[in-house]
Amino acid sequence: MSEFAPICIYLAISLLVSLIPLGVPFPFASNSSTYPEKLSAYECGSDPSGDARSRFDIRFYPVPILFIIPDPEVTFSFPWAVPPNKIDLFGSWSMMAFLLILTIGSLYEWKRGASDRE
Amino acid sequence: MIIEVETINSFSKLELLKEVYGLIWILPILTLLLGITIEVLVIVWLEREISASIQQRIGPEYAGPLGLLQAIADGTKLLLKEDILPSRGDIPLFSIGPSIAVISILLSFLVIPLGYRFVLADLSIGVFLWIAISSIAPIGLLMSGYSSNNKYSFSGGLRAAAQSISYEIPLTFCVLAISLLSNSSSTVDIVEAQSKYGFWGWNLWRQPIGFLVFLISSLAECERLPFDLPEAEEELVAGYQTEYSGIKYGLFYLASYLNLLVSSLFVTVLYLGGWNLSIPYISFFGFFQMNKIMGILEMLIGIFITLTKAYLFLFISITIRWTLPRMRMDQLLNLGWKFLLPISLGNLLLTTSSQLVSL
Repeated sequence: MSEFAPICIYLAISLLVSLIPLGVPFPFASNSSTYPEKLSAYECGSDPSGDARSRFDIRFYPVPILFIIPDPEVTFSFPWAVPPNKIDLFGSWSMMAFLLILTIGSLYEWKRGASDRE
Repeated sequence: MIIEVETINSFSKLELLKEVYGLIWILPILTLLLGITIEVLVIVWLEREISASIQQRIGPEYAGPLGLLQAIADGTKLLLKEDILPSRGDIPLFSIGPSIAVISILLSFLVIPLGYRFVLADLSIGVFLWIAISSIAPIGLLMSGYSSNNKYSFSGGLRAAAQSISYEIPLTFCVLAISLLSNSSSTVDIVEAQSKYGFWGWNLWRQPIGFLVFLISSLAECERLPFDLPEAEEELVAGYQTEYSGIKYGLFYLASYLNLLVSSLFVTVLYLGGWNLSIPYISFFGFFQMNKIMGILEMLIGIFITLTKAYLFLFISITIRWTLPRMRMDQLLNLGWKFLLPISLGNLLLTTSSQLVSL
């Protein structure tokens, strides 16, 4: 447990390092001449039209959906990869079977065109 | 009653011990943070000088000798600038976004061994911690893009999230192949495993495909040209940073350079033998263990070697930034999903089979 102590301290210090600068400008920076146009969203000089949080391109959806599958798979592979000589041939080949299933899945997804961006 | 007092006293002693234990750790952490800050300032200066010489300009020259103080001057200016909050934005998310991006990258420095066994936390899951932490950064970018309530920021944030998600998998596959080769996820062990035959022992020779894939995906994770689509100036004004001003913009700037530094340090650690001098048959680490001053000297030499290797990669990525044009979004995603992912998976399978043969 003691090896995680520096992590906790470092986490606290990096929180401070990244949050303190947010408060520094307040004493120095002027905030006097605030008019509504200054605070509106920047759209190349013209008045902003509508809300920005509207519908967006469907092509952004498949990326996280496809990401969900390989990412936990890689995560589970780390405990398999690390211990030397503790996993025998059976362990290695079962992981190979797992990787094979994943490869078949991604090949199927590729053939069906889920990873096409057109 | 006396017993009770004694137990309270011993309890407070324990607390005091814990505090002292904490204080022991604060000094190296602060040193590390100071070093990181100086390195970032040097990188900003280097980038401006190199880009100037590529474009045959002069570059920064007025602030300090050779313009060395230019980055400090810029940072101070950003600190004193007004903090503009967009009127229709989500202010808490807007303020926290850049900090989250910075924190997640700062935490990666925990597991990077800078010198001979000189690392803040030598965890047995070192590289895994880095991968886990580095995937927090896109959340910060998405938060800032969403909360700005600006169309450019929103599409920039979406692009940033999609890009760093799709390049994270090839990157992780490469790291997995490395930890298979060295039988450990600890960064110190990975460097030690490469220390045997000078530069012939580098993982670069055993994992050439993995090295190239890692380099490309780390460039994409840093959102630098040719992969800087989230902040493409010609299409989206500045991507997710459009609405930011003052020190919050400065934090994004800091985060991008910190990210560059982290990835070049990780290229050094994973593929180029870290702190080792890397000349065959010469290894001076471990000889001077009896003497304390020699130990410090050894550590300094290790840090120097690591930083030299890392700055080589910084130079390469800065030159790439100023020579290559930007990709299109579909080209970017196709490169990630249809080229790098199968190649890195194949590389992993090759590595596994070679390990199986040697088993």
